[in-house]
Amino acid sequence: MNALSYKAQRKLILISFLSIPLALLCLFTYYPAVKLIYLSFTDWNGISKSSEWLGLSNYKEIFTNSDLFGVFIHQIPYVIIGVIQNIIAIVFAVILNSKLRGRNVFRVMLFLPFIMNAVAVAFMFQYVFDTTNGSLNSLLGMIGLSSLQQSWLGDMSLVNFSLASIGFWRFMGYNMVIYLGAMQSIPGDMYEAAKIDGSNRFQTLWYLTIPNLTKIIQLNMFLTLSGALAVFDLPFVLTKGGPAGASETFLLKTIETAFQFNNYGLASAMSVVLLLFTVLILGIQNAVINRKGE
Amino acid sequence: MQAKRFDPIHVLKYLLLVLATFVVLFPPYVVLVNAFKTENEGSSPFALPESFFNFSNFATVIERADILQAFSNTFVIVIASLAGNVLLGTMVAYAIGRIEFKGKTQILGAFLVATIIPTITTQVVVFSLIQSMGLYNSLYAPILLFIGADVIQIYIYLQFIKNIPYELDESAMMDGASLFRIYAGIIFPLLGPATATLIILKTINIYNELYIPFLYMPKQELVVVSTSIMRFAGNNQAQWGNICAAILIIMIPTVLLYLFLQKYIFSGVTNGAVKG
Repeated sequence: MNALSYKAQRKLILISFLSIPLALLCLFTYYPAVKLIYLSFTDWNGISKSSEWLGLSNYKEIFTNSDLFGVFIHQIPYVIIGVIQNIIAIVFAVILNSKLRGRNVFRVMLFLPFIMNAVAVAFMFQYVFDTTNGSLNSLLGMIGLSSLQQSWLGDMSLVNFSLASIGFWRFMGYNMVIYLGAMQSIPGDMYEAAKIDGSNRFQTLWYLTIPNLTKIIQLNMFLTLSGALAVFDLPFVLTKGGPAGASETFLLKTIETAFQFNNYGLASAMSVVLLLFTVLILGIQNAVINRKGE
Repeated sequence: MQAKRFDPIHVLKYLLLVLATFVVLFPPYVVLVNAFKTENEGSSPFALPESFFNFSNFATVIERADILQAFSNTFVIVIASLAGNVLLGTMVAYAIGRIEFKGKTQILGAFLVATIIPTITTQVVVFSLIQSMGLYNSLYAPILLFIGADVIQIYIYLQFIKNIPYELDESAMMDGASLFRIYAGIIFPLLGPATATLIILKTINIYNELYIPFLYMPKQELVVVSTSIMRFAGNNQAQWGNICAAILIIMIPTVLLYLFLQKYIFSGVTNGAVKG
């Protein structure tokens, strides 16, 4: 027999099972977020015990110094390609949701890039995009399109599209699998009903499948947009922000500001700005979807 | 049914799928064939190597890129993080899924909101936190950062717990089992399939993580798989054969894991997004 009543045990379990996970959550997520906001008003250099209160001047610096805020322009290609990526992912999800021989093989293939090591993928694409030895330029030469050969990572107006297309390569299959999962959870009798009503497959897609995907499209778009806001690993590994700063991103700048220039105060303010933008996207999305629903 | 004989849309579907498969496989194919080429085999990047038994690039990588050290460090981090993470994740799920208490939605909400905060943005603060705990340049730093339960994991576990009949708990209680024994002896084992899925997904995540090891473990001996190739490529800009061999060595483990355990991976990705 147990010495403790179940009521007491429940209390004990709640305290002992939840305290460590919640402590970790607070310590590594919420405390840093709050501290970040505090630091963003100071000139802390990362080492010294004391720091000066600067008020809003870090924020003023971000929004007036085009070297900082201006780099968001480099991230527009990521947004554009991310939207295309989601559209194509839906197309392939629709294809793989139909009766098709070998569809599991294709699903496995298209999802494959997602599980590959990000750094290895980055270096793989360095080889693809290399100007002189790269396989993309060789391929273009081979099929008679030498005129399209480019310095994919060396051209200032092209570099962000090249980098963003690596993201497309990596994540299209992932988005597709999520869309596919959502499509398969739409009850089959709804399709039966649509068939009986005589709707053709495009009507079924447009009036039945897509509306049932709204929530998942919203989730994927949020992941894509917040991913585009926080792009960092590809330029970090492949271009170091070059050529001539053309592939710098806001997060890359933030990290440089903190860990190279030891300006933690300014870097904190930049992180807060990024965070606010992420929340803003979520808010706008929710507002748009909710209005549509009413 | 007569449309089945020649359906242009059907053909178009296959064309698109083949095109997409080509786009996916083109970069790895080029890496594969070039990993086996010597420096003098300067033919087209698509040509097959003279021999697929030319392992000299691989030997160079293993010797110079600390690849074995990298694999062993990564292995330690994965095992330790996952052991802790599964334990904490199932505990949270048991407490939330089986016990009624005030503040349940708030706790779930706290885990949910946390996913909105991009991890990298808070590193400015986390970095000084890790430093003040004396964990900078140690394997404990990434382990501690990977160990916490996340909301997708909690949702997947909660889905599973809902499907375990409560009568099992009740009959164990009739026998006088403590709640801890019910968790350890009944719930934890029955969560096995969900745990398998989560372990595979998280192994891939941790294996592929670049920034946390880069930031917290710059020391040479603490190299992990992701950072090993960065250091190696930094020293050998021109040697494509070597870099291709390194890419291949690093990619193969997760690709194999994926091909053999795809069922779990797909169910994890879909459950996390669609139902969560």
